[in-house]
Amino acid sequence: MGEDTDAAPTLNHHGFLPDHNYVTDADIISTVEFNHTGELLATGDKGGRVVIFQREPESKTEPFSQGEYNVYSTFQSHEPEFDYLKSLEIEEKINKIRWLPQQNAAHFLLSTNDKTIKLWKVSERDKRPEGYNLKDEEGRIKDISTVTSLQVPVLKPMDLMVEVTPRRVFANAHTYHINSISVNSDYETYMSADDLRINLWNLDITDRSFNIVDIKPANMEDLTEVITAAEFHPHHCNLFVYSSSKGTLRLCDMREAALCDKHSKLFEEPEDPSARSFFSEIISSVSDVKFSHSGRYLLTRDYLTAKVWDLNMESKPLETYQVHDYLRSKLCSLYENDCIFDKFECAWNGADSVIMTGAYNNFFRMFDRNTKRDVTLEASRESSKPRAVLKPRRVCAAGGKRRKDDISVDSLDFTKKILHTAWHPTENIIAIAATNNLYIFQDKLNSEMH
Amino acid sequence: SSQQHQEAVHHCASSRCGEDSHGKLYKNDTETQLYSLKMYSIIHIFYNTIYDEDEVLLALAEQLGNFTMLVGGPEYVHCLLPPLESLATVEETVVRDKAVESLRKISQEHSPVDLEVHFEPLVKRLASGDWFTSRTSACGLFSVCYPRVSSTVKAEIRQHFRTLCSDDTPMVRRAAASKLGEFAKVLEPEYVKSDIISLFTALASDEQDSVRLLAVEACVSIATLLPQEDLETLVMPTLRQAAEDKSWRVRYMVADKFSELQKAVGSEITKNDLVPAFQNLLKDCEAEVRAAAANKVKEFCENLPEDNREQIIMTHILPCVKELVSDTNQHVKSALASVIMGLSTILGKDNTIEHLLPLFLAQLKDECPEVRLNIISNLDCVNEVIGIRQLSQSLLPAIVELAEDAKWRVRLAIIEYMPLLAGQLGVEFFDEKLNTLCMAWLIDHVYAIREAATCNLMKLVEKFGAEWAQNTIVPKVLGMANDPNYLHRMTTLFCINALSEACGQEITTKQMLPVVLKMSNDQVANVRFNVAKSLQKIGPVLDSNALQTEVKPVLEKLATDSDMDVKYFAQEAISGMFDFLLSTKLLNFNSLNFIFLLFFLCSFGPSITIPNQRLQDGICHGTLSNQTLKVIACLSQLHTFTSSAASSFVLCGKNTK
Repeated sequence: MGEDTDAAPTLNHHGFLPDHNYVTDADIISTVEFNHTGELLATGDKGGRVVIFQREPESKTEPFSQGEYNVYSTFQSHEPEFDYLKSLEIEEKINKIRWLPQQNAAHFLLSTNDKTIKLWKVSERDKRPEGYNLKDEEGRIKDISTVTSLQVPVLKPMDLMVEVTPRRVFANAHTYHINSISVNSDYETYMSADDLRINLWNLDITDRSFNIVDIKPANMEDLTEVITAAEFHPHHCNLFVYSSSKGTLRLCDMREAALCDKHSKLFEEPEDPSARSFFSEIISSVSDVKFSHSGRYLLTRDYLTAKVWDLNMESKPLETYQVHDYLRSKLCSLYENDCIFDKFECAWNGADSVIMTGAYNNFFRMFDRNTKRDVTLEASRESSKPRAVLKPRRVCAAGGKRRKDDISVDSLDFTKKILHTAWHPTENIIAIAATNNLYIFQDKLNSEMH
Repeated sequence: SSQQHQEAVHHCASSRCGEDSHGKLYKNDTETQLYSLKMYSIIHIFYNTIYDEDEVLLALAEQLGNFTMLVGGPEYVHCLLPPLESLATVEETVVRDKAVESLRKISQEHSPVDLEVHFEPLVKRLASGDWFTSRTSACGLFSVCYPRVSSTVKAEIRQHFRTLCSDDTPMVRRAAASKLGEFAKVLEPEYVKSDIISLFTALASDEQDSVRLLAVEACVSIATLLPQEDLETLVMPTLRQAAEDKSWRVRYMVADKFSELQKAVGSEITKNDLVPAFQNLLKDCEAEVRAAAANKVKEFCENLPEDNREQIIMTHILPCVKELVSDTNQHVKSALASVIMGLSTILGKDNTIEHLLPLFLAQLKDECPEVRLNIISNLDCVNEVIGIRQLSQSLLPAIVELAEDAKWRVRLAIIEYMPLLAGQLGVEFFDEKLNTLCMAWLIDHVYAIREAATCNLMKLVEKFGAEWAQNTIVPKVLGMANDPNYLHRMTTLFCINALSEACGQEITTKQMLPVVLKMSNDQVANVRFNVAKSLQKIGPVLDSNALQTEVKPVLEKLATDSDMDVKYFAQEAISGMFDFLLSTKLLNFNSLNFIFLLFFLCSFGPSITIPNQRLQDGICHGTLSNQTLKVIACLSQLHTFTSSAASSFVLCGKNTK
């Protein structure tokens, strides 16, 4: 991306959901994920649905339509359930979606709610058999007495149909809520992390998984931290990282032992005693961790900052970016309205040179690691028309000098939060989930270059 | 795929013409051709309609391997290749594997020419497919076509295999690594050295753990193919490296395959290399590896060269084993406990007493019940070498402790070893020390334990005989019939069910039956219907007089019980008893018995359902000609004798005339 933070991305596609003036809880997007080529984009919502978007192929007649993402398939991934043994309701909300590397014409994705992970196959069908012996064209069973000869059914072309079929259900392995899933680079296994444990699964085997991390203390009263996110290294099948609510990252090597309770590296920034407050521990909790595409760096997000860590330096982060430092003085009210517990995600661009993460008031932030420039952009219907150029926004800290178009901290809408964002694996296309709307922005320069 | 299909159909057609010119019957050929075309379309449509039902695809992949005759015999077998080819590329591993299995099977039915014209191109297509699924499937096909193709094609196949061994995706490299040994076996010796070794070395140092560990498996096959003098330079460096791999999963694989490796590399290398490697694995920092190695201790020691086996074990292996006895991980200890007793036969009496016995005793006192159980379950090995007496002093407390373990599964496990222990310890020791335990289990509060305890009693009686049972077990069991707890009273019935056959007719009739009959007046319905069940169960052991005079009235009484279940089981018992009588008595047909039986049936009157089918069978099988009249006389009294039985009887009568 480099220059594009300033080159203003254009809004390419508007919210996909119908123009409701009200937002039902079920429509709130809970995860966004591009597949490995970027041709497909999947979103999951609180209603347990998964919507898959496909990028339209290049078209000469409509130059603008190139790269536009349109709905490819929608399906219900999870249903609300009830755990009778524990008297607990299990929400259908999709916590995470992860695509598997493509292995044939079909695409596969893993989706998970709090307890159950499912493997889905997304495939196309363009032929159907005709001329059955016992069924007529409408599928009604024929009267046997009218069948006098046997014929071989034939395949006839039909309109393209996208089918989504459940292939595996990985259930009953998590006592706590699943927060992350991650596919290993060996393409054979994946892991799922809940608050206290991480399990390793084989993609073909649903009836057993191996526990690789267990931080549950013998006595739950001794519990001081929980696992907040976990991810496999993009290239080294044996390495994975998990983050904790105490703001630490642990890198584990599965070669060393079957149970990775002992980390091989601990990434932790020493606490600044002068800045210590009641909220220190809450705001230092890591809400997301992502390996860079190169596998060299780690990107983490806590409540106020995004940090880039070098795998070779455990003592402190390489770079720290303030996402919305102006909230530091508002922590008390953010604690009261529970916003302080919001779990913001973060994303790398394809070249690992820019990072992106969400904020409040439908704002999201981008930081260029080379030029050290940053930008605040807004994803909302009011401010962005299709194919319009996004204007940078600025939040003016309380007491600061206010310029034209600046927004004061006090007028930020904390109910409009951008928690989930995703970056196309190679191009400058980003997907932003703002409550029930999905925005896809594309770098204008980039698209013209192609 | 439909284009492929078209092409395949053309293939079929053109090859058919060729055969025609060789002077085959044209008409016949066309029919076969049409038939196989049709067959092919059916397969094709079938495949496309249900293509997302894994189980159907799996069945299809399997069945196609048996379709050779259905498509017109071996000369048309290549018609099966296109559908199997597409099945070999689906994402579902089991389907793919099954398709490859079928392809391997039908490859044998191809003529050498067809193999090169049809089969080998398919292998090449799969090997250069876009998706990894087809390339993984190709890996399994090289070895079946290699031996039967020309040398140019052979060179191509070797090249394809080389390419797949360095494929981008780990899945394909895994598939290649797992087929490396198999492929090496069909290769000419010179290529094993020139090709396979370099591939093996590359795979064994792959960046993916899952690939490297599969190379260990290939190591076994490759080592058996090479002459002894080449092993040291070509295989051992890689094997040494695998045994010290950074990843515990690779070391685990080495430990797991250790016996095979040991056999493959021979005794010299074992002595010099594998012994230290094995010591390291036994001391590995990862418990999984230690457990896998511990599992192999006995096998490894057994296969050591005999000339200095004892010396190697005593100086190198035993010290490690001693450490493992007090390992921190219970899986390691229990893996060791399951094989350690086997060392006594290898080391002989003196060494066992001096070195192994202390270890056994330590494991018998281990905190983990599984370890103790594993020792107890393998006592027979030690019994042969030093006699069990040496152990019995420590054995007893261990058994008692397990017998009273808080976990019922542990109690269950020790009960299952009781008959074995009883056999080895002898009847006196048993009576003195263990009998009380066995009886105590009968009143355990877990049903599964009570059930296992009754089964255990049966096995003990089978071992020690009816007389022993009469003196030691039966009185105690029957005594429980007066227990205030109805569950214990029921246990008496369950024991009687289990013991009656082993105790024989006399004990059953004289001692057990009166107790059972008395219990038919129990106030708990569960006991009463179990009486009915027991009577049915012990019926075969009783003599017919007792059945008639004692069992019958009681069952009849129970059949009119106020409780529904009691009534039901009493009637079941009555008809079940006929069932038994009919099946056994009629097989050795004896006119008097049969007539007695019929009268017996008649005496129950119309309230009883007679198993008609049995009766029918009996009539048809019995050589009834000279008894016909007597039978008719009996049957006429049976009110429930149905028309179907009657008709078969009539039929039978006609035949015999």
